[in-house]
Amino acid sequence: MNKILFSSVSMKFVMALAGLFLLLFLPVHLAINLMLLKNDPEPFNSAAGFMSSFPVIKVIEVILFAALLIHLFYGIYLQIRNWIARPARYTTGTRTKVSFFSKFMIWTGLSVLTFLILHFFNFFFIKLGLVPGNPDDFYSHAHALFKIPAYNYIYLACFVLLGLHLFHAFSSAFQTLGLNHRIWTPVVKVFARVWSIGIPAGFALISLTLWLFR
Amino acid sequence: MNLTLKIWRQKNAKAKGNFVTYKMENVSPAMSFLEMLDALNEKLVRENEDPVAFDHDCREGICGSCGMYINGHPHGPVPAVTTCHLSMRYFSDGDTIRIEPWRARAFPVIKDLIVDRSAFDRIQSEGGFISINTGSAPEANLIPVRKADADTAFDASICIGCGACVAACKNASAMLFVSARVSQYALLPQGRTEARERVRAMVSIMDELGFGSCSNTGACEAECPKEIKLTNIARLNREYHKAY
Ligand code: SF4
Ligand code: FES
Repeated sequence: MNKILFSSVSMKFVMALAGLFLLLFLPVHLAINLMLLKNDPEPFNSAAGFMSSFPVIKVIEVILFAALLIHLFYGIYLQIRNWIARPARYTTGTRTKVSFFSKFMIWTGLSVLTFLILHFFNFFFIKLGLVPGNPDDFYSHAHALFKIPAYNYIYLACFVLLGLHLFHAFSSAFQTLGLNHRIWTPVVKVFARVWSIGIPAGFALISLTLWLFR
Repeated sequence: MNLTLKIWRQKNAKAKGNFVTYKMENVSPAMSFLEMLDALNEKLVRENEDPVAFDHDCREGICGSCGMYINGHPHGPVPAVTTCHLSMRYFSDGDTIRIEPWRARAFPVIKDLIVDRSAFDRIQSEGGFISINTGSAPEANLIPVRKADADTAFDASICIGCGACVAACKNASAMLFVSARVSQYALLPQGRTEARERVRAMVSIMDELGFGSCSNTGACEAECPKEIKLTNIARLNREYHKAY
């Protein structure tokens, strides 16, 4: 049983599924964030309220956290195994042409994680009552945060790194799931590129607008 | 042409290795890379020095034993050739060439540029066969096989087990090799029968032997001398998920 659950191929399968699930969550979050651009705090705050009270969303939230943790721990575990697989490194730098961002997945992933922790302190923990703040007015809270230049720098850097992570991750997940098709794989690749640039760019543009033009 | 070679010298698996510099003069562009190393060894023997140990057998690109890491590329900078087929005309007068052995936990160095690739034999012996009694040779056309499948199976079957995929991969993963083996059987009716057991056994031993996992970087495909495709890895994944 362990051989099946913890074989490298199975672990990657689970990681890919968890990753794709996390990917699906991003446009939902982006759609809500778009409401930050309105002058009226009401739509954003009620959307945020809905997200934290609607029972179905509650269940999805649990799955989301599970997916995040699995993706994280499996990723770190496999990476450590991969490092161990080559104890003596080459002294000649590799000249092999590879999918560039695939080389830094652990680092882009961990950077995004660092941001997520900051993000939890800023919002999610307020909602849970672990950190002081008003959970009913995330609109003003977000606007205030985006007025801090340092926060914007971190935020923008994070989304660039997220974009780089997704750039490889999205189509890679399909390969890992074994979904490869003469016609569909190239389509998925294009779609994945658009998604991995478009969604982080959306988040970044919102922050820039609030920072510079409001 | 005159060349400077920096070659990894290591007495045995335990010893610490290091690069040793050799000057080669009058190397003919018509030589193969291994012939150039032969010339170096003849010189070393004449000078009463220990010749550089490197693996080779067929010298025609089919046995897979001549792997070495040349200037940052397994089998050197020319795509789709093995080291024995690598011609010296791809190098220029005055070049410095760095030569290292494959580096992977599963491929320990035996001496200098020779590594122990018996891990691949272990993988092969776990499932790289068909255990059905075939009896006497039947009429080949009795079992129809789609041309496209036969071609893909053939393309996978030409893997020579050289280990360049492992050498190139940042994770020292053997997925390209294993996927070629799995694919060559899974695509044909004779191999299909045992496809599930085969893929389970081969993945399990691959993990056990200490190869890394695949992160879809594509270094293996870029360096494979037999141009084995990444689509085989997708097939391996698919076969594995189906096997449970
Ligand atoms: S897949 Fe290519 S690189 Fe790997 S062992 Fe086979 S022939 Fe060599
Ligand atoms: S010596 Fe046989 S493949 Fe090079």
